[in-house]
Amino acid sequence: MAAGDVSDLFPVGLRVLVVDDDPTCLMILEKMLQNCNYEVTKCNRAETALLKLRGNKNGFDIVLSDVHMPDMDGFKLLEHVGLEMDLPVIMMSADDGKDVVMKGVTHGACDYLIKPVRIEALRNIWQHVVRKRKHEWKDIEQSGSIEDDERQQKQLEDADFSSSGNEGNWRSSKRRKDEEDQAEDRDDTSSLKKPRVVWSVELHQQFVAAVNQLGIDKAVPKKILELMNVPGLTRENVASHLQKYRLYLRRLSGASQHQSGLNNSFMGPSDPTFGSMSSLNGLDLQALAATGQLPAQSLAMLQAASLGRSPNKSGISMPFMDQRNLFSFENPKIRSREGQQPQMGNNNNSKQVNLLHGIPTNMNMQPNPHGSQSSSLMNMQMSQPQSRPPIFNDTNANHLSRLPSPIAQPNLSNGMPSGLVLARDGNNSVSQAPTMVDFSVHPNTDFQGNSFPLATNNSRVSVVTTKGLLQEDGINSDMKGPRGFAPSYDIFSDLPQHKMQDWELENVGLTFDASSHSKIQGSLNVPPSVLVHQGFSSSQNNVQNQNTSVGKVMFSVGEQSGHSNTQNMGQQLDTHIDGNSLRVKAENNPEASSQNTLFHGQFSQEDLMSALFKQQEGFGSASNEFVFDGYPLGNLPV
Amino acid sequence: MLHENICEKGFLDEQFVQLEELQDDDPNFVEEIATLFYRDSSRLISNIEQALEKSPLDFSKLDNYMHQLKGSTTSIGARRVKNECTQFTDYCNAGNGEGCKRTFQQLKKEHSTLKKKLEAYFQLARQIGPVETACRPK
Repeated sequence: MAAGDVSDLFPVGLRVLVVDDDPTCLMILEKMLQNCNYEVTKCNRAETALLKLRGNKNGFDIVLSDVHMPDMDGFKLLEHVGLEMDLPVIMMSADDGKDVVMKGVTHGACDYLIKPVRIEALRNIWQHVVRKRKHEWKDIEQSGSIEDDERQQKQLEDADFSSSGNEGNWRSSKRRKDEEDQAEDRDDTSSLKKPRVVWSVELHQQFVAAVNQLGIDKAVPKKILELMNVPGLTRENVASHLQKYRLYLRRLSGASQHQSGLNNSFMGPSDPTFGSMSSLNGLDLQALAATGQLPAQSLAMLQAASLGRSPNKSGISMPFMDQRNLFSFENPKIRSREGQQPQMGNNNNSKQVNLLHGIPTNMNMQPNPHGSQSSSLMNMQMSQPQSRPPIFNDTNANHLSRLPSPIAQPNLSNGMPSGLVLARDGNNSVSQAPTMVDFSVHPNTDFQGNSFPLATNNSRVSVVTTKGLLQEDGINSDMKGPRGFAPSYDIFSDLPQHKMQDWELENVGLTFDASSHSKIQGSLNVPPSVLVHQGFSSSQNNVQNQNTSVGKVMFSVGEQSGHSNTQNMGQQLDTHIDGNSLRVKAENNPEASSQNTLFHGQFSQEDLMSALFKQQEGFGSASNEFVFDGYPLGNLPV
Repeated sequence: MLHENICEKGFLDEQFVQLEELQDDDPNFVEEIATLFYRDSSRLISNIEQALEKSPLDFSKLDNYMHQLKGSTTSIGARRVKNECTQFTDYCNAGNGEGCKRTFQQLKKEHSTLKKKLEAYFQLARQIGPVETACRPK
């Protein structure tokens, strides 16, 4: 709707999603909301609600949810929504006990209504929408956003926060921003300036990398901010993101071990040969690509995930275009999209994925025939069995503007869960290495093209874009929607083509440190922000395929490389959530192949992580354990 | 008469009034809601009944059912039924199986009484048209 007309009538037309398993209540609420002139969508199941939300980003302004629901706890839904879509959520219940209400508060609900809900209470819910937006704007402003921000802001103000109007504005702004971001690529996060701080994949990767560096326990916003060194980002932005991240991790730790390697997963293949890849953002996507797994698929997945779409299940064949879209615009949402990670594992449909924005789609992990594509690119679990050339479907390669949310692609045909999160920051021109993360697990193969320097060994880097992969942990198992998304992140496969995709993998959990990517050549510039977390859940799917239950692995490295052929990217990220540390355990499946040159044989996430970190730190630390709360990355043996 | 009766006696409370007020353009709204309520609550009631026959009693399951029932009874404004629900929950939390069973019997009674009254009410409403709502203060 045009901002103009809507704004005048705001809150008329406020788009509300109401979730309640009780049909009587649901009907009553719907009627009441309609009487308030809101646009109501009702669901009686939390999963359905999440699907709707993911499938239609920016399609709703606010969510009303019952606390007690049979399929999913209302609080869990609340968390997911908060992380993935960042929408205001109001909880409802007949239970007015103090502890329940407190739980609502701690989980981030913006209000709690006691049933029976009166229509007067519903009339005012629009205030939460406005408040949230205002806060986001404020954050942006404070960050000294660049013109974009101001531009957006202005739009926002003009729109008077009318939901639809704003959405439109924001959306377009975001899109614009995304494009710009892509152009800028990693270097900075200047793209931050978006009305809500959009945690792009890159940004998130950086964030995760910073958190990892500091240690999850010691990670304080100020230090994280310093480490990230992103212009325009404020401490407040980081603080709130950190809070969400922590919640997320906590949630994950409850979840099985999925390899959440997300965060660190981007470690480029430990193989120093990554250098060749160089273009990868920090993340040696190439390596990952080599593993065949990921890349495209994961990317795709991620993108898909973020976009809330379920990628074609076909193994992520998400046309990269889609993926691109996913990433490209969804900034904010992508962020936590965990679910969306396209599980790349599947076949890398060659095209897929370009999920990672910025991740050079060329991630083909080249040389490695990826037999095992386990590109463990950290999030990418791309163990795509398919020998498909990874990923990135070339087309999108560039676009990966963001790897949108984790593509929950659960199945990489290869099994690669690849949630590849290659968040490339776009900058990476993956030109070279197209192999970047070839997460496509296809055994052998596909990486070609890409010169994935990384791929010298088979390291499979499964970059799991967290987002895609991780589909919300809660949802992981379900991975319902995104599941199908198997956008094959073949990002890597087509890396050469894509090159430069600015992937802003927003949600890509790839913690590709953009900066570090220089180190890794060809590495995917997957912004660290991408990696992590976001969506580890999606990786689950991928991982699950693989066997690895990568929980939220950002990169499911090596998801069991489905590759039928070989490489299994063995990394199954076992997400062992050790207490709070993320251990990326990627169990690499027999490295069958040599190919994945990127990561040799087993690409352990740790290796990836370390590679990544190394890049960041100059190869100092290869600690595999990134303490990620709850994100067990599994060890990616490389 | 019927209208006053149904409200004054406390069978339905304020919430019901709200529902009636909601149905501006849809005269059958309240009736639809009531129908939905009865369908759903009957199911829950029979679940509870079955659960009460088991031994030992699974209080948390009972509590769960009751919670669901309470949600819809409050939404429709069935005050008396709701009171029984609350009572049941208290006994449940105390682990008092006998208390639960007793209360449950009461609950069933209230539930069916209300049903009859509502049916009569709607019938009347249909005949005379939505002239007065059940509990609107006179």
